[in-house]
Amino acid sequence: MTSSIEISLGEVAASLVLVVLAVALSLWRRADLERDIGVAVVRSIVQLTAIGYVIQAIFDEDSLALVAALIAVMVVFGAIQARQRARRVPRTFVPLLVALGVAGVSTLGLVVALGIFEPEPRFLVPVGGMVIGNAMTAAAVALNRLGDEMHDRAREIEATLALGATATQAATPTLRRALRSGTIALVDSTKTTGLIFFPGTMVGMLLAGADPTDAVRLQLILLYALLGSVAIAAVLATALSYRSFFTPAHQLREAPEP
Amino acid sequence: MLFELEAVEYSRSDALVLRGLSARLPAGASCVAGPSGSGKSTLLRLLNRLADPDSGRVRYRGEDVRDRDPLALRREVCLVPQLPALLEGTVEENLQFAASCAGREPDGGRLLELAGLDASFAARDAAKLSVGEQQRAMLARALAVEPRVLLLDEPTSALDEAARDAIEATLLDLRHRLEISTVLVTHDLAQARRMAEWVVRIDEGRTVEEGPVAEVLVA
Repeated sequence: MTSSIEISLGEVAASLVLVVLAVALSLWRRADLERDIGVAVVRSIVQLTAIGYVIQAIFDEDSLALVAALIAVMVVFGAIQARQRARRVPRTFVPLLVALGVAGVSTLGLVVALGIFEPEPRFLVPVGGMVIGNAMTAAAVALNRLGDEMHDRAREIEATLALGATATQAATPTLRRALRSGTIALVDSTKTTGLIFFPGTMVGMLLAGADPTDAVRLQLILLYALLGSVAIAAVLATALSYRSFFTPAHQLREAPEP
Repeated sequence: MLFELEAVEYSRSDALVLRGLSARLPAGASCVAGPSGSGKSTLLRLLNRLADPDSGRVRYRGEDVRDRDPLALRREVCLVPQLPALLEGTVEENLQFAASCAGREPDGGRLLELAGLDASFAARDAAKLSVGEQQRAMLARALAVEPRVLLLDEPTSALDEAARDAIEATLLDLRHRLEISTVLVTHDLAQARRMAEWVVRIDEGRTVEEGPVAEVLVA
């Protein structure tokens, strides 16, 4: 496959000028972000270069088994990353694995089954990466909110249990708010897409010289696929995790402060 | 005996809250009185299994509460917490939620009237009520489950004197009209005298004294 635009390493290096600007602003405003920006830049270079070689190898092999292996690795790393952002929720690793796995497989399966994409590595790898990345963020945000709410609203939840409500009934308002938190960012960006910002896929296609109509259509497909996958991931991650806050006798494990 | 506690120990964050506490609470109007931090609210939470003791037994009508279904027990023995904690939405939605827990249809007007609120409160946003009104809505919500026993955790501690007197009058009226038993937790011995026939005085997680109010709380 040939690319319609050629990017030299010098051009990539030149773009680091903006990173230097970000570091300078951080120093000026004493935001203490220089170290984080440095780590982010190094990690992005290493990770994207490595994944570039991996994707090239998978494209060369044209193997669906390798695609499945890559997606499985992304699901595991996504679950590890999301777990770190939801520390107040106990035992989230397995729920996150299930949530990201189901979100990824069902979304990819659907777009292939509907004939939107051919079951080929050059479609499945980039779409799978986007789907799992967005699902990871949604699941992490939803779980983070779940953990905060279960602590902050413990009195309200226990007052509901005190009426004879089940753990599920008592947690339902909290689960609803957690699901909204996990999905609202993508819903909002979908609402404003084309007005306030141009999404990445469309920008990438336009830069690569694609017809704007094709770029828009592909972007719409991906946005809708992402909406489905973030909803699946947020629902599954919270639904499989909330029970760990309760005992089998429908008691809060951590009682509200007296 | 309605409730019996036998050598109950309960710890929280590695601190012992109840230290081998034994007590009896008969049917009717009982009261658990003691200073702040004495373990009163913890004791109340053990009665309908919002928590279980580390050791010892809690019996309800002669049966260990751990042998009963916790959900059925809580619908029969309902707890109203110290601070109002209503769900988002209207008062009516709160009543409907509570009634649905027990598989019932709420009679909103009657429930509100029993709790000392008029019917117009049904459509009010629960978050916009005063603390006293919220406490009454909590009471109405508990009554929607049609319990046989009401556990009341310092129901007037956040209220001024006039609101306290009004809630006390409502609770006394309620007990006679519905013939339900009440277990009231309070730090106020004068309130215990006004509201209860039987009192258990506790301090530092142990029972100090128990018996008829007229004998234990001699003015």
